[in-house]
Amino acid sequence: MRAPFDDLVTRHGPAILRVCRAVVGWSDAEDVWSETFLAALRAYPDLPDGANVEAWLVTIAKRKGIDALRAGARRALPVETVPDRGIRDPEPDAELQTALAELTPRQREVIAYHVLGGLPYAEVAEIVGGTAAAARRAAADGLARLRRIYAAADSDLWEAHRG
Amino acid sequence: MADSPIGESLFASLLAPDDAALDRLRSRLALAAAADGLLDVAYRTIDSPIGGLLLAATEEGLVRVAFESEGFDFVLDELGRQLGSRVLRAPARLDAAASELEEYFAGRRRDFDLPLDLALTSGFRRDVVAHLPDIAYGSTASYAAVAELAGSPRATRAVGTACARNPLPLVMPCHRVVRSDGSLGQYRGGEAAKRWLLALEQG
Repeated sequence: MRAPFDDLVTRHGPAILRVCRAVVGWSDAEDVWSETFLAALRAYPDLPDGANVEAWLVTIAKRKGIDALRAGARRALPVETVPDRGIRDPEPDAELQTALAELTPRQREVIAYHVLGGLPYAEVAEIVGGTAAAARRAAADGLARLRRIYAAADSDLWEAHRG
Repeated sequence: MADSPIGESLFASLLAPDDAALDRLRSRLALAAAADGLLDVAYRTIDSPIGGLLLAATEEGLVRVAFESEGFDFVLDELGRQLGSRVLRAPARLDAAASELEEYFAGRRRDFDLPLDLALTSGFRRDVVAHLPDIAYGSTASYAAVAELAGSPRATRAVGTACARNPLPLVMPCHRVVRSDGSLGQYRGGEAAKRWLLALEQG
């Protein structure tokens, strides 16, 4: 039996928002989330019984994220005045967003889908390609790189305090 | 997350619940879905003097009013099965129904003026439900009298079933149907609710 779509929003909405925020950044995340759930709603009656709903939603979110980044690249033309900040909610952790942006897209996705989305590496591998072991390695590499970025930032801060 | 010990603290900002954002996203999804004609069933819940109520509508109109005692999750599952799985909490489509019910409970409304969808009832039961508004506000009718209204004077028992399964209680006033001996009889929302409604209408 197919659950009412509303159940999916309740059950998976928060995880997909975390994934979107990690992969496309805080400011585009809500647009991508909305596109994802609208596309999912459209396709929902055709979803095979017994499909992994979270993996299905993450797959759609990945596609919508790519669309958004492309659109963003088109939008990012030089403008004369910088728009006021504060129209959108502030980014609660700008440092993390900056650090995530330094990862490879694959590392960022694997961390988002596994750590923030809660998908097992086998499912993550289905979405990003390659084996589960490779996905696990990409996540470990990404986390190690995040740690290094943070360690460097901390020591900069330390230098600033001393100086 | 077990093999990512640094995950918890590093990603604290992302892992923190963000109900405000999710509420915003839900509303946005409901609007976009309605605009694209993707909502099989929109629903919302309201409070009332006889307990919580769930209101559900298709594009055609109000299709279901449910009492809290029926179990909202159960009702939503059933609606998804009967009318399509694209079910979303989408209050806008139910604004009119919610405000008319509020006026009714406040004693300021006697008739409902809402688009209705009788898809959840059929055959004789549908005839019965369709005739319920013929029983005026503040009055009652016996099951036998309603059987006559619906054109089958001997179908008293079937009228009982039709009322018990009325998908639109309150709006289609099955609470005005009582036993010939004057006792209240069954009600989907419970006997206390039926008594409360009749007392409201009799001022």
